[in-house]
Amino acid sequence: MFGIETLTGSTQAAALVGVVLVEAMVLYVGYGALESAVGSTVLKLLGGN
Amino acid sequence: MFELFGISAGLLAMFVGFGLLIGVLFGFFGMGGSFLVTPALLVMGYPSRVAVGSGLAFVFGTSVIATLKHRDLGQVDYKLGVSMIIGTTVGLEVGKEIVLYLEELGLAGNIISVTYVLLLGGIGAFVTYEALKGGDGDGGVSHDVEEDAEINADDIPEIAKKIQSYSLPPMITLRGGIQVSLWMVLLVAFATGLLSGFLGVGGGFIRMPALFYLIGVPVPIAVGTDLFEIMFSGGIGSFLYAQSGGVDLSIVAPLLAGSALGARVGSAATSIVNEDEIKIYFGLMLLLGALAVAVRQAGNYLGMGVLDYVSLALILGSALMVAGAVIYSALKSIRAPGSAGVTAD
Repeated sequence: MFGIETLTGSTQAAALVGVVLVEAMVLYVGYGALESAVGSTVLKLLGGN
Repeated sequence: MFELFGISAGLLAMFVGFGLLIGVLFGFFGMGGSFLVTPALLVMGYPSRVAVGSGLAFVFGTSVIATLKHRDLGQVDYKLGVSMIIGTTVGLEVGKEIVLYLEELGLAGNIISVTYVLLLGGIGAFVTYEALKGGDGDGGVSHDVEEDAEINADDIPEIAKKIQSYSLPPMITLRGGIQVSLWMVLLVAFATGLLSGFLGVGGGFIRMPALFYLIGVPVPIAVGTDLFEIMFSGGIGSFLYAQSGGVDLSIVAPLLAGSALGARVGSAATSIVNEDEIKIYFGLMLLLGALAVAVRQAGNYLGMGVLDYVSLALILGSALMVAGAVIYSALKSIRAPGSAGVTAD
């Protein structure tokens, strides 16, 4: 996946950890933006307002 | 069948859903990653190397997300975190050496399993007992801790008060105005690292209660700081396993996509849910976890593969029960009269 298979040993390992780190940060920012956009509406709906 | 990242859409959806469940627990308690993922992957037929390596990579990704979230809430004590990393690293090394020595004697497998069951069961029983005792309004720490607010002396467990009373310099001041000897922090970190190296687990379920019960760190800061530490141990561990091809991105990526959302829900819930309501479920989950390990060990001993599935069902069932309790309590708090000020952050 993402061409990581072409790398070897420690480089491949570092790339894999890097991909996980980048995915985590992208998800954090992405879900954060989603929460800002619809969070209060969802809370109001859940709160029955 | 439709495939993405080399796995079927059904499996992909299952990993995302499983990640969501784990994320809620991880975000709320600061534990529950490798404890849940690795056994599940093993029962699904993945080789041990891939199950452990992918479990660690997943724990790394989830702890990055959950630490960022807890940092936003002012619930990470970096000074404590770095001190803990130092003490834990030394403890891990000593723990590994003990395992190697026991392996030479041919006793490692049984001693580790029995210790794991006793420790998990012991902590589970202790947390459940404390939660039941605190149910009458006596003791317990609120989740609503201000970043640098002084904490109420009544909220500090007795053992922690004793440990805080040893004024061996250098003394460090932690979030919540707690003053404790650095040596005591290093000692607790060493002991938790030793157990985690000995048992081969991330150690969140040992460290988080240790930070609260032994050092007196308020629960939200104990969770945030524990996650900060897991980020480092998970990163290093996944790198080591990735070197031998133990990290499978087709497992880690969907799990992480689900857990990122779950961790957001779990972390947000720490600010609105009364911890005493949940502690009892947390204790029960640990007790069921201990039972699951005992069942799996019995299965290995008796050569009954079906007990692996019973063990997995126990782990997943208890995780589902606790995640459900967190979400239910959060919803109850949101719906309670006068909770208009509640926010997701």
